[in-house]
Amino acid sequence: MKILLSILREMADIPADPEVVAVALTSLGLAVEEMDIVGTPVPGVVTARINRMEKHPDAAKVTRCFVDAGDGEERHVWCGATNMQPGDVVPLATLGTKMPNGMDIARRGILGIDSEGMLCSEVELGLSDESSGLLILPKDSPLGVSPFDVLGIEHDVVFDLDLTRNRADCWGHLGVARDLAAHFGVELKGPRIDVGALGSEKSLPVVVDAEKNCASFTISYVSGIAVGPSPRWVAARLAHLGMRSINNVVDASNLVMLETNQPNHAYDAAVVSSFRVRLATAGEKLTTLDGQERSLDAEDLLICNGADNSAVGLAGVMGDQHSEITDATTTLAVESAWFSPDPIRYSAIRHGLRSEASVRFERGTDPNAWELAAERFVTILRETCPTATLHAGASIVRTSHCPQPIPVDVSVNAIERKLGIRIEVERIVSILNAIGFSANAQGDTVSCVVPTWRPDCSESVDIIEEVARHFGYDNIGKTIPNSTVHGRLSNMQLRRRTLRRVLVGLGLDEAMPSPFLAPGDLADVGLSEDDVLVLANPLVADESILRTSLRPGLLRSLRYNQSHRAPRVGLWEIGHVYPKSDAQLPNESEQLAIVVAGGDAETALSQWNAICDALSVGAQLDQGRVPAGLHATRSATLARGKKIIGVVGEIDPVVLDGLGIEGRVSILELDLTTLLNEEPKPVQARDINRFPSSDIDLAFVLPESVPATNLQRALRQAAGKCLVSIELFDVYRGKGVAVDSRSVAFRLRLQEDGGTLTDAILADVQKACVAAAEKAGATIRA
Amino acid sequence: MASASIPEKDQLAVALAEGLASIASASSSDDLRALMSALAGKKGAIAGVKASLGKVTDIEARKELGQAVNEALTTLQDAADARSRDLRTSEFATQIQADRVDMTELAMSANASRRRGRMHLVTQATERLEDVFVGLGFQIAEGPEVETDFYNFEALNMPPSHPARSMWDTLFIESDEPGSVVLRTHTSPVQIRVMQEWPPPIYAVMPGRVFRKETPDATHMPVFHQIEGLVIDRGITFADLAGTIESFTKAFFGEGFTSRLRPSYFPFTEPSAEFDIRRPDGSWIELGGCGMVHPHVLRAGGLDPEEWSGFAFGFGIDRMAKERHGVNDIRDMYSDDIRFTEQFS
Repeated sequence: MKILLSILREMADIPADPEVVAVALTSLGLAVEEMDIVGTPVPGVVTARINRMEKHPDAAKVTRCFVDAGDGEERHVWCGATNMQPGDVVPLATLGTKMPNGMDIARRGILGIDSEGMLCSEVELGLSDESSGLLILPKDSPLGVSPFDVLGIEHDVVFDLDLTRNRADCWGHLGVARDLAAHFGVELKGPRIDVGALGSEKSLPVVVDAEKNCASFTISYVSGIAVGPSPRWVAARLAHLGMRSINNVVDASNLVMLETNQPNHAYDAAVVSSFRVRLATAGEKLTTLDGQERSLDAEDLLICNGADNSAVGLAGVMGDQHSEITDATTTLAVESAWFSPDPIRYSAIRHGLRSEASVRFERGTDPNAWELAAERFVTILRETCPTATLHAGASIVRTSHCPQPIPVDVSVNAIERKLGIRIEVERIVSILNAIGFSANAQGDTVSCVVPTWRPDCSESVDIIEEVARHFGYDNIGKTIPNSTVHGRLSNMQLRRRTLRRVLVGLGLDEAMPSPFLAPGDLADVGLSEDDVLVLANPLVADESILRTSLRPGLLRSLRYNQSHRAPRVGLWEIGHVYPKSDAQLPNESEQLAIVVAGGDAETALSQWNAICDALSVGAQLDQGRVPAGLHATRSATLARGKKIIGVVGEIDPVVLDGLGIEGRVSILELDLTTLLNEEPKPVQARDINRFPSSDIDLAFVLPESVPATNLQRALRQAAGKCLVSIELFDVYRGKGVAVDSRSVAFRLRLQEDGGTLTDAILADVQKACVAAAEKAGATIRA
Repeated sequence: MASASIPEKDQLAVALAEGLASIASASSSDDLRALMSALAGKKGAIAGVKASLGKVTDIEARKELGQAVNEALTTLQDAADARSRDLRTSEFATQIQADRVDMTELAMSANASRRRGRMHLVTQATERLEDVFVGLGFQIAEGPEVETDFYNFEALNMPPSHPARSMWDTLFIESDEPGSVVLRTHTSPVQIRVMQEWPPPIYAVMPGRVFRKETPDATHMPVFHQIEGLVIDRGITFADLAGTIESFTKAFFGEGFTSRLRPSYFPFTEPSAEFDIRRPDGSWIELGGCGMVHPHVLRAGGLDPEEWSGFAFGFGIDRMAKERHGVNDIRDMYSDDIRFTEQFS
């Protein structure tokens, strides 16, 4: 929202220093995003007439201009622009001028002919962000004077405010001025009003059918109008505020809106002399001011010509093309209404038409600002039309839905409880009165009335915020609550951190691919897409579903790195997946996935072992169940009984081929919702067994069809309570071992609790082991 | 004593002299060990003298010779020990020379350069923030990323069609009831869940992933991270909020940093504020939003605003990471490009 310092200073006697005003605005919650000083005259730039122009045969792109700056001396200037003609008056930056962009105007020569200055565009003078050539001034301009004076350009400051959604009132200068006046302790004068004598009573007929949507509708009658150009200051202020000057009537209407936050519309009273406000019928057509024919919705609100019930405007959004002011207009019907915010917002959205009026109505305007707006409108018009007359007897229709001032009570104690500082009751009352919340105190209670320009305030907490804002947040002080809560990470959070450290310890880098996938991404890695959530309004089609697995994203990142000369990356991600459920929300869970380019099943298993060790968890490896999308003979499910907690192994080579990934890729996926929430009991220490231990090494021939874990389990059971550890220390395939079998050698460490192991016991254990191994399908190697 | 005439004594002297000479010339520890077992062993010259002790009839002479034999053995052993020390010293010196490696070469070789992996910058920033807040007495809460309209908007004082909802560009999930399920646009819904699930007093921060319908550019991502703080207790005031922000500022950024609050607007807090951090050089970082939890929000969380009051604050984590490491384009942080990741040890 752009706000001009000049207008603020007309409304209240606030400081002239823009820096001081900017600090105040920010401290009031009206954040200044940008502050622009505009219209600063450039010393050394004067008006000059182009006497004659020449082309130089060797300089095609520039023109030689001979100019008269009124001092009787003809200057020669090279000029690259093409929009000027002899006789034009243009700005001349004389030698020695420092331009707003920092450039010094010095003698510069082309083809040995010096230039005695520079002819300027609007951009070069800092008047505009764009221009298409020299600034051409009126032909009757005096020569040798500042073009800023000629144009009547005011030196001004534009504050670009980043207004919060609640401050509807600050969409007009008046709201901002009110806050500043309260802040600086000066009187709020408001806009200058001078309407002269009122004209005879004149009330145009008004009917409001849609009482809820249009809670207030006023028509003021103005006569004695002659349509023409605006005064220069009006056009300049509108330009600074981002609006184009049209004519004196439209400009006055726009400036009044920017000043008072009351959108208004001036109709030619000769064309529209009675009004009806009604809802549109579905399919009804209206051509708005921008020339677009719009097909209306039954919820759109229309301003209609009472004579034939035909629409003259989409209420609160935009007028209709046919009821525009013309050069022939002499009387005006000035509409100022209060429209219910939500319907206006929906209309604007429906028609893709956010106008200066609609943004104000959808935030909430003041139903009582119409009179000030009408008076200010006529005041401005009277500068160009001294005969402009505001007539008494404005038509006013109010419905029961019109916002009313709201009485609110708040106690000094409540303010102290909320803010943590005691503010004296007199101070509270004076703050509230300064911003128009007419307040008085009875003992400890402050009673105030929320003015109708503050639709954001309705209860005591809103009043407390107003008091805090004007008391100054910086003055409230800083304290620390007396907490009885102890800061800590939960078991799950600590375990997640342990896990992260294990992963980086394994040399793996954390990745964070997008959780959005394209339809087909899951299928491409061999996973089902049946249970995906679909975005109703995705940014792009390629990001229209939510992942149910971390795998597609990680594999994409892996491939990306492979294609950028990093063939062997190892990536992990801890993140959420969102498979659809029967409930309203998905079965969201936290997962870990690790992929290593060039890694194999052993890589994944050693990662799994490291994680088991670090988190004191475990699971059965079930190679009988090949997880979807994984290598059929080099993968396993990690199971706990029927519950699957993860998968481990390698990515299916067919999947890798489809994705264009080179070499093997190991994968480990774990359901962290399960693993991190476990809270293993602390291991209880055992005394060191100081009796000597003995190792026995046993090598077996084991068919490939029998999992090694079966043999290990059999040996473990057979060895009984003497077994301290069992370790697979050698695997051999080849000569001397049958095809489809391998030799596996285990080392069993045995020890007795109460004494030294005897040879007899060792022999028994060995015998039992061999027998058990044979049962498991293994034969002892001779 | 007439002992000089005993021939054994001469033999002993010769044997000792020869023994000492050969010890002195032993060229390695192994040689020395073999030599000593020869000299002092049962077949050595001294043992021969010892063996002939019995033939010496004169008791005094025998005693004297016996003593001499022992002395000779001790002398030999001492000489051998000394020689052994010298030899070991030079042998170690030789071995150490032979062991020489180029440490700089080893440092570059595959095994030594096996590096630690990297945590994502956002994870690093999150952990640092969590640690600071744990130190300030906060616990850490988490919540789902796919949320209901109730938690993301309605419970946060934004009933259906509330205009402030447009402050967030929301991504919606297709569902039977359009608009009822969203990707959370902020971490604030976790506030409501914590109020409903944890008995007060509550001192919690809630970091997490959030989503907006925003086209990625150098400073925006549709998926990014926030951390939210919530304090609910008896008698919590706006001054407590300002003091807590100040404590966080000093704990996280450093002693030279200060904070300020300036008025702002959020539907779920009132009074609301933006909080800015002032660097020691006087420049400001606009960090995030905060305010006193709105009574409507306390009620939505199942708490009585007459009994409990509180404040909340929140800010972006990605930006903290971005500024700490001078990342120019936030998209690089999410590229998973190893050339980017590798930089941050």
